[in-house]
Amino acid sequence: MLTRLLSGDFPRSRFLALALLIVFLGLAVAPFALSGARPLNVAATICVFIVLVASYDLLLGYTGIVSFAHTMFYGIGAYGVGLSLYSLGPSWGAILLGLTIALVVSLALALVIGLFSLRVRAIFYAMITLAVASAFAILASQLSDFTGGEDGRTFRLPEMLTPGYTLFEGEIFGTSINGRLLTYYLVFVSAVALFLFLLRVVNSPFGRVLQAIRENDFRAEALGYRTVVYRTIANCLAALLATCAGALMALWLRYTGPQTTLSFTIMMDILLMVVIGGMGTLYGAVVGAALFILAQNYLQELTGQASHALAGVPLLANLFHPDRWLLWLGVLFVLSVYFFPTGIVGKLRKPNP
Amino acid sequence: MSTTVQTIPAAEAPLPKLPADYKPLLLVPALALLALPLIGDFPAWVTLTVAGLAMGMMIFLMASGLTLVFGLMDVLNFGHGAFVAVGAFTATFVLLPMQNWLQVDSVVMNLAALGLAILLAMVVTGCLGWIFERVIIMPVYGQHLKQILITMGGLIVAEQLIHVVWGPDQIPLPLPASFRGAIILGEAAVEKYRLIAVAVGLAVFIAMSLVLNRTKIGLLIRAGVENGEMVEALGYRIRRLFVGVFVAGSALAGLGGVMWGLYKEVLTAAMGSEIMVPVFIVIIIGGLGSVGGCFIGALLVALMANYTGFLVPKVALASNILLMVAILLWRPQGLYPVAKR
Repeated sequence: MLTRLLSGDFPRSRFLALALLIVFLGLAVAPFALSGARPLNVAATICVFIVLVASYDLLLGYTGIVSFAHTMFYGIGAYGVGLSLYSLGPSWGAILLGLTIALVVSLALALVIGLFSLRVRAIFYAMITLAVASAFAILASQLSDFTGGEDGRTFRLPEMLTPGYTLFEGEIFGTSINGRLLTYYLVFVSAVALFLFLLRVVNSPFGRVLQAIRENDFRAEALGYRTVVYRTIANCLAALLATCAGALMALWLRYTGPQTTLSFTIMMDILLMVVIGGMGTLYGAVVGAALFILAQNYLQELTGQASHALAGVPLLANLFHPDRWLLWLGVLFVLSVYFFPTGIVGKLRKPNP
Repeated sequence: MSTTVQTIPAAEAPLPKLPADYKPLLLVPALALLALPLIGDFPAWVTLTVAGLAMGMMIFLMASGLTLVFGLMDVLNFGHGAFVAVGAFTATFVLLPMQNWLQVDSVVMNLAALGLAILLAMVVTGCLGWIFERVIIMPVYGQHLKQILITMGGLIVAEQLIHVVWGPDQIPLPLPASFRGAIILGEAAVEKYRLIAVAVGLAVFIAMSLVLNRTKIGLLIRAGVENGEMVEALGYRIRRLFVGVFVAGSALAGLGGVMWGLYKEVLTAAMGSEIMVPVFIVIIIGGLGSVGGCFIGALLVALMANYTGFLVPKVALASNILLMVAILLWRPQGLYPVAKR
């Protein structure tokens, strides 16, 4: 059962298994174990980013493609659901329609970009996706009549998912089962399902071919695999999954705007999560996303204390300023590309038998 | 050199030259002329064209180093934008204390302060480039994936360090007094600073072309771009050459950063990574590794951005993507493809 569920790809390390179990159980019981809006928000963000980062790992870690357009697909998903709910009113049909349109748009864009530029070398693809993604971000903020511009759009969810809705009277473990909780579990269950689907993909023969392309594309081509086709399919798959992640994020936030979905900062965050967690293994995405988002939310307080202690020293105090947490993660990123390119998970995991 | 050539009779006849490729050169005037009837207003067209040329020159300053570094060593530095930002911020060390020199309406004093700022910015970014090459790029030669990742990491760290040194707020950077305002040519208003940007860009382009085409170092660089192994086999250390080009390219990015910062009159730490998108489009259009292509590409991109910004403002940046697609359909390797790639 577990073998089927994990597609035979076990953590192969006690520490890693423990870490994954902690993340999974932590996310599963988050609404009951933690009180307050912020911890729940962190937990939901982790769920969404695990899917987003894992789908990026399919490109970067498994196929060896560097794309900077991943946030674009994420944004398409968020905008698809968001705008559809905004203009059609809160209903399940609107969500479904928005998601379908977003998936179709993502697929078409991924196909066009892929066929146009995946034939050439990795660097070329990285630059072209960067250009296309930034053009898309500017377009989204320019077409303000349609997308709400820089302010984005706030929308209402179907009644079942609103905080005012309660499934039944009474409480379970001291928590009432309201719509907010249902939304969280919708996000959580979808994230788990999408993650297991990705695990299935990378452990299939198709995933093997992707890894072969990463290791030596010339040889893969010589063995009879059309590398362009495989790369394009991987690109489309990753785009579709990122779109789903974006849709989940929009549902959770009840808001869609360029800053939360399309900005270049998010792209950098994804890159940091993949590399620090570990490229070429989906568990890396789980560890990376969980660590990064926890750091984003709680490391600031830690460095804030360090900054307070160093208040007398001019430059050092700035170095430990709470807003400079990204600096330390950036340094960690550079070091991990050099010294442990397989990331935390690669270090923990025993070599593939 | 000349004596040895003359002793061999067969070598007296000059080598047949490759026919010069003028077609891409015609694209710039063609684009400008095409825009004239669309805009329909001659003074507005002149203003837009000068603005486009000025922007193109600044983009060229930032892109030229990047494309040469790529051509020579097959390294694409995604952190190049950091040099742009650092250059602009370094200039504030000179420009802000010397405010009174800048506010005087005297061209000489203004230029002196500005020259000092540019010099400092170029020295600092040059040194930074040297460190960047040593620490960040040297360990990952030949591994494209790691290069992209590591230079991106370098960019993040550099942007954060700018915040550490110069604080988190954006810094206003007013133009020197004598460069403000516009010159009226007929009915068209042309901003003075844009003319200066055009002059600086042209000067750098001419100097660069002279160095590349008339000196021995330039010969080695061009040979290295064409076939690095052969240059090494002839006994030249291409690594040293490369470090030199990298430092020069970083210093040029610093110069471009100062010009760009004064143009925008406000500095943000993200200005470097923002300008990288047009820079990448430019070097793709020009053909990776080609300085001439980079120059034409920069002018095309900037003119296109200005014209579409005037005609249909909402799709200004998307227009550059269309331009890139159109040019790559015509010449898939860029305007002036470098032979080995």
